[in-house]
Amino acid sequence: MSQIIDWVDERLDLSGIRHFIAEKGVPIHTQKIWYYLGGVTLFLFMVQVASGILLLLYYRPSASEAYESVQFIVTQVEFGWLIRNIHSWSANLLILAAFAHLFSVFFLKSYRQPRELTWISGALLLFLMLGFGFSGYLLPWNELAFFATKVGTGIAGAVPFVGRGMLRFLRGGDDVTGATLSRFYALHVAILPAMTTVLVALHLLFVQRQGMSVPMKEARRLRAGGFQKQMPFFPDYILRDVLVWYVAIALLAALAAFYPWELGRKADPFAAVPAGIRPEWYFLAMFHTLKLLPSHILGFEGERLGVLAFGLAAALLVVVPFLDRRASREESSPWFTTVGLAALLYFVAFTIIGYLAS
Amino acid sequence: MSSAFNRRRFLDAILGAGFISTIAAVAYPVWRYLIPPVSGEPATQSVVAAQASQVKPNSGLVFKFGSKPGLLVRTPDGELQAFNAVCTHLDCTVQYKPDTSQIWCACHNGTYDLQGNVVSGPPPRPLERLVVNQRGDEVVVSRT
Ligand code: HEM
Ligand code: FES
Repeated sequence: MSQIIDWVDERLDLSGIRHFIAEKGVPIHTQKIWYYLGGVTLFLFMVQVASGILLLLYYRPSASEAYESVQFIVTQVEFGWLIRNIHSWSANLLILAAFAHLFSVFFLKSYRQPRELTWISGALLLFLMLGFGFSGYLLPWNELAFFATKVGTGIAGAVPFVGRGMLRFLRGGDDVTGATLSRFYALHVAILPAMTTVLVALHLLFVQRQGMSVPMKEARRLRAGGFQKQMPFFPDYILRDVLVWYVAIALLAALAAFYPWELGRKADPFAAVPAGIRPEWYFLAMFHTLKLLPSHILGFEGERLGVLAFGLAAALLVVVPFLDRRASREESSPWFTTVGLAALLYFVAFTIIGYLAS
Repeated sequence: MSSAFNRRRFLDAILGAGFISTIAAVAYPVWRYLIPPVSGEPATQSVVAAQASQVKPNSGLVFKFGSKPGLLVRTPDGELQAFNAVCTHLDCTVQYKPDTSQIWCACHNGTYDLQGNVVSGPPPRPLERLVVNQRGDEVVVSRT
């Protein structure tokens, strides 16, 4: 083994990597548990890539065959049920982990100078993950997904001025049809993965270049001459990371084995919508909010205002590091904490209410 | 000196314009390619939705009106009404609810009366009405 490494070293000069491995450390403090969330998000993303590629071997992206091919995967292909369940469950855990990661770095104010770009790339990654969820949901071409996609793309259609164009662009026409399925398929297996790969690379590069941020209180203590305890990344920290990944694997395996993901009935564009239709849980808060809006507010269509508000909220989320000037001066910014808590509370409450209401 | 500088600027501008044209020459067809063509199918004018004797009073059924779903309703008084079944809110397919004698959309709980007008919920506009004619036992539904 060491001979092989020496052989490569002679030709490629591995001193940089060696140095990197030896030097990389993770700060130790009371809040260090939150450092695991990004890693587990990354792990679940890799699970998605692997299980997704396996599903590609049998999946057929057309309105007449998609449903049947998924049925074939879960009933005929050996361990097909396992692969599909893993892909479905891991998608949900991934989005949960990404949300948790976002909120944890938000409350720790890790986005403050100089980590603005890390935050922005992370926020964009979260949007991409939601895009994965939305486009993937349609692929089995079942009744629930079909109508959820109608509503979801219809919401895009409510955006002022550009809505109509966006709706046609997303659907590949005026209605949700096989053309929509082709588009969502291309998005889900090619376009989004390519974009995600670039962003994850950037996100990790930023984290590497800057090292882990420490909470403000800890940073203050350090500036006052305090000592920062560190743990070597290799092998101490990475092993702990792997331990967390094992927990994720165990959870995934249990969910996949005991709670099979439903397939439902095949989509029929000429059937009425079944009662109790709802999107995946991470869109429920938004879905339920739009459901509660009256059809007209001050002469505007309620939908349009709602969609504008969500768009604005998303834009604000991306630029948080530039709004929170106090945090960038290493001062506490209780306002941002309060707004973050309110947003978290709203999200959780509306998800639960939306769930119970449908 | 200044003429060399001008020549340099001129060449830079040409080069820049060349690059921009290249990008435009690639981006424009891609952009147009991404926009789906408008379907060539003419809008359906009329279809036979059902046999009149099959539709009992206080019931409704979804039928195929070209590429869109239509809703045929027989009111409790026995009258036949037809609508474009696409909800004006976010495009779900509506259905007839016999217990309230209203048209209902399951997606966001929108309700319409038997004229297609919005009673409650988020739909911003009434349902599009279609014309019903009876030809023997056949119910012929057509666009106004
Ligand atoms: C697919 C999604 C994502 C992956 C794979 C990912 C991965 C990671 C990893 C491995 C780390 C280093 C360990 C850690 O700090 O937890 C990290 C750090 C970070 N992430 Fe993410 N992340 C994702 C999404 C997000 C999101 C949604 C945000 C917030 C908008 C975000 C913001 C940050 C920030 C600010 C850091 C730096 C934290 C620090 O240095 O203390 N990331 N990410
Ligand atoms: S789509 Fe019918 S109420 Fe929303």
